[in-house]
Amino acid sequence: MQKITTDALVQKAVELLNNNTVSYVLGWKKGEFDYDITPYVFKDEKTLKEEFIYSDFCGVNLSKYLVAKTKELAGKILVFLKPCDTYSFNQLLTEHRFNREKVYAIGIPCEGMLDIDKIKLNLEGISSIVETKEGVKVNTLDDKTIELEKQAILLEKCKNCKSKKHYAYDELLGEEGDVLDNNRFDEVAKLESMTAEERFEFWQSQLSKCIRCNACRDACPACTCEKCVFDNPNSGIENKSPANSFEEKLFHIIRAFHVAGRCTDCGECSRACPQNIPLHLLNRKFIKDINEHYGEFQAGLEVGQRGPLVSYTTEDVEPSDVFNKGE
Amino acid sequence: MQRIGVFVCWCGSNIAGTVDVKAVAEALKFEPGVVHSTDYQYMCSQAGQNLIKDAIKEHNLTGIVVCSCSPRMHEATFRKTAQSAGINPYMVEIANIREQCSWVHKDMAIGTEKAIILGKAAVAKVNLNAPLTPGESPVTKRALVIGGGIAGIQTALDIADAGFEVDIVEKKPTIGGKMAQLDKTFPTLDCAACILTPKMVDVAQHEKIRIFSYSEVESVKGFVGNFNVTIKKHARYVKEDLCTGCGACVEKCPQKKVANEFNLNMDNRHAIYIPFAQAVPKVATIDPSACTMLKTGKCGVCSKICAAGAIDYTQKDEYIEEKYGAIVVATGFNPISLEKFDEYAYSQSKDVITSLEFERLTNAAGPTAGKLLRPSDGKHPHKIVFVQCVGSRCSAGAEKGKEYCSKICCMYTAKHAMLVRDKYPDTEVYVFYIDVRTPGKNFDEFYRRAVEEYGVHYIKGMVGKVTPEGEVLKVQGSDLINNKQINIDADLVVLAAAIEPDKSARPLATKLTASMDTNDFFTEAHPKLRPVESPTAGVFLSGACQGPKDIPETVSQAGAAAAKVIGLLAKDKLLGNPCVARSNELLCNGCSNCEKVCPYGAITYIDKDFRMPDRTTRTRRIAQVNPAVCQGCGACTVTCPSGAMDLNGFTNGQIMAEVDAICK
Repeated sequence: MQKITTDALVQKAVELLNNNTVSYVLGWKKGEFDYDITPYVFKDEKTLKEEFIYSDFCGVNLSKYLVAKTKELAGKILVFLKPCDTYSFNQLLTEHRFNREKVYAIGIPCEGMLDIDKIKLNLEGISSIVETKEGVKVNTLDDKTIELEKQAILLEKCKNCKSKKHYAYDELLGEEGDVLDNNRFDEVAKLESMTAEERFEFWQSQLSKCIRCNACRDACPACTCEKCVFDNPNSGIENKSPANSFEEKLFHIIRAFHVAGRCTDCGECSRACPQNIPLHLLNRKFIKDINEHYGEFQAGLEVGQRGPLVSYTTEDVEPSDVFNKGE
Repeated sequence: MQRIGVFVCWCGSNIAGTVDVKAVAEALKFEPGVVHSTDYQYMCSQAGQNLIKDAIKEHNLTGIVVCSCSPRMHEATFRKTAQSAGINPYMVEIANIREQCSWVHKDMAIGTEKAIILGKAAVAKVNLNAPLTPGESPVTKRALVIGGGIAGIQTALDIADAGFEVDIVEKKPTIGGKMAQLDKTFPTLDCAACILTPKMVDVAQHEKIRIFSYSEVESVKGFVGNFNVTIKKHARYVKEDLCTGCGACVEKCPQKKVANEFNLNMDNRHAIYIPFAQAVPKVATIDPSACTMLKTGKCGVCSKICAAGAIDYTQKDEYIEEKYGAIVVATGFNPISLEKFDEYAYSQSKDVITSLEFERLTNAAGPTAGKLLRPSDGKHPHKIVFVQCVGSRCSAGAEKGKEYCSKICCMYTAKHAMLVRDKYPDTEVYVFYIDVRTPGKNFDEFYRRAVEEYGVHYIKGMVGKVTPEGEVLKVQGSDLINNKQINIDADLVVLAAAIEPDKSARPLATKLTASMDTNDFFTEAHPKLRPVESPTAGVFLSGACQGPKDIPETVSQAGAAAAKVIGLLAKDKLLGNPCVARSNELLCNGCSNCEKVCPYGAITYIDKDFRMPDRTTRTRRIAQVNPAVCQGCGACTVTCPSGAMDLNGFTNGQIMAEVDAICK
């Protein structure tokens, strides 16, 4: 159950639209079913009241949409940001990817978002999903009902939520939370403890599921290049279908390197992946390594932050130490 | 499509010994773009170069691959060859089949296979090469010399005499360095001050030279011809332009128990001080750690006494920014700390001293006015033991000391021994040595005079232990030639401590991006052929910062460094390296990461209007590279998340083509 209601957000959005603070509202739009929610730019009160929603299925990080929308649209845009979205928001600003002046950001609380794929593992033919105190009540077309506990059906990224605290907003709705203790590196440590063969086996089995739909890239707030190498015919590696298992791996490894030091660990890659590949683990490995080699670093804590990979100090780890650790 | 010529060099037997050069030339014939492939004994010879020129004309070549030695050796040669035959010099690629192939392989089959692969990679790259034209950058006609010892002084004088402006930055209150502390100099025994101080005066009087004493280099930006340096001038609490150096303040200063570092703490100075009589600049300096006025606000005697009104207790550190075309490092040396050499009892007895302390004890301006007296009781020593190689030539992996020979100790110890015997013939002098190393003009004659004319006892062997016992120092040593233990009751023991680079050198090297060896000596660009240049363009080396040196050697190196600087400053413009970064503005995201990593400040951002496919105009933030400032390090190209940054001559495409050719 989200602490803040859809109505409260709609009311705020309508107020800001009507007093001309903003011209557009970037939010979540209801779909055919309770769970197929899409990001949407609302332009008027009517659509907002009819179609805006903030529910347990609003996992989409809206920050990335600002890159395109602030350029496309002339007026100011209201955006709703969950705590973890604010990291991406800051990181994008650090990289000058959109104009802050064109955005009115409202921080909203989040109680963790749900993964429809995990619900579907329990039953098929879902007609509606109702939020309850402990989790959800799922009704099916053949009139079955099942109750599921929230913890079991959280999105991967929400299972180890790193923060309920907002790092960017113009206005905050609801209560501000805290940075949480989390175990998000445990799974990485588990991978690290494997032998090279086991680890290869693990990633081989995961990455071979990849269908190269590019959903991870399209959802990733760090992937906002003007022209992605995978779309650029001059790059020599554009739009390759997964010809063999080697190429699938390279796609994800290239992407992980690409976002290294800039990834805020928002988990959108894993959420967007239709094949349920735990892509966030690749990025988390980089984050863990950066923390260990250069000291704790969280991308997106503030605008203008200088990450360890783009700064140099004489105390920086020697490449040989990194190499030896890798052995 | 390129028309590529491949030229495989034998380098006599250097390459042909382990690489079948004919097979290499034959194999590369069939690579894409190759229209001509041949081999020759010495491609760098006049005849070899003519072979290339003729082939360029005959086969209308557009690109050249030379399979030969490292590009460090002959890349420039072959670029000039190509240019004289009408091809852009950057259409030449070198495949290093000597250092990276024939020299590291013994087996002909393996060597040949690898040489072919390296050749293929170079061909793949040339296929993507484009003609490049270097840009020009102006030269700031002023040099910076860091360090005001004899090395820095000589370099500065030589540069200034050629008509260029020079600034000397010296961290101590006066220039002069170690030489100013010495008594006599080998092998002629003239007094150090008598030959140094005229040079110091020359520096002070030279209209082209400025001295920043009591100052340090804070930061260095820019590149050869265009360095921007910030100099931190420490507050000396005395206005340099007003102080006449009369010394009245020093005499009256009530705080007179401050250890005198110029005399190696063997006597005291005042809180306000002038290091020595011939100091340049002859200006007083207040030691803030000792001055009562600065510490408690109560005193002000010097201010009252100063007729010139030069005292200024409120003075602050000052930062001066200046542009230079060239930088000379002359940071010098220090004796090592003897903390770890307790067997010689240096910390237990005042009468165990270092050779530099010995210099002060025999110097007329030293703590004993030149009389050789024991520091402990002021008595004249009658038996002196000199121990050589203390901390020098230690075995690798030893917990203490240096592996290298400190080079100057044999000679100064012979000098000390000789001077003692000359002045005090009633004194017995023993020298313990591992080897006596005296290569240098008149050096061995000098040492033999010490032994033969002055009767100094040279004992081959090391001292194992020095034990202070009452008034004497019990010295236990071994005589390796007579194979016996020796016990000497000495009055004074003098340790020839190893020398090491000044501690300021390491952080300075970081600021200059100049490289150092494991001992913190600055590395030269080539150990034999470019001994006074650092590998960083525009940074030159003078004196002991590059390795242990005596005065004659230091002075010649100082002159050599000056000659290199003059050669640089004489140019009005420097031809840049065309292998600089460029930004593809269509791909650039404007993220600023390249700007953050650029060590030269070559990248700026602009807002530029772009026509979009849908006929709208969009303003985008994009990176721009200043090619005159860019040094082609490539940091931006690897940082750029969108692949918008590329390096001319080393494009991502070229490197990938090389990798592909190798892995195929």
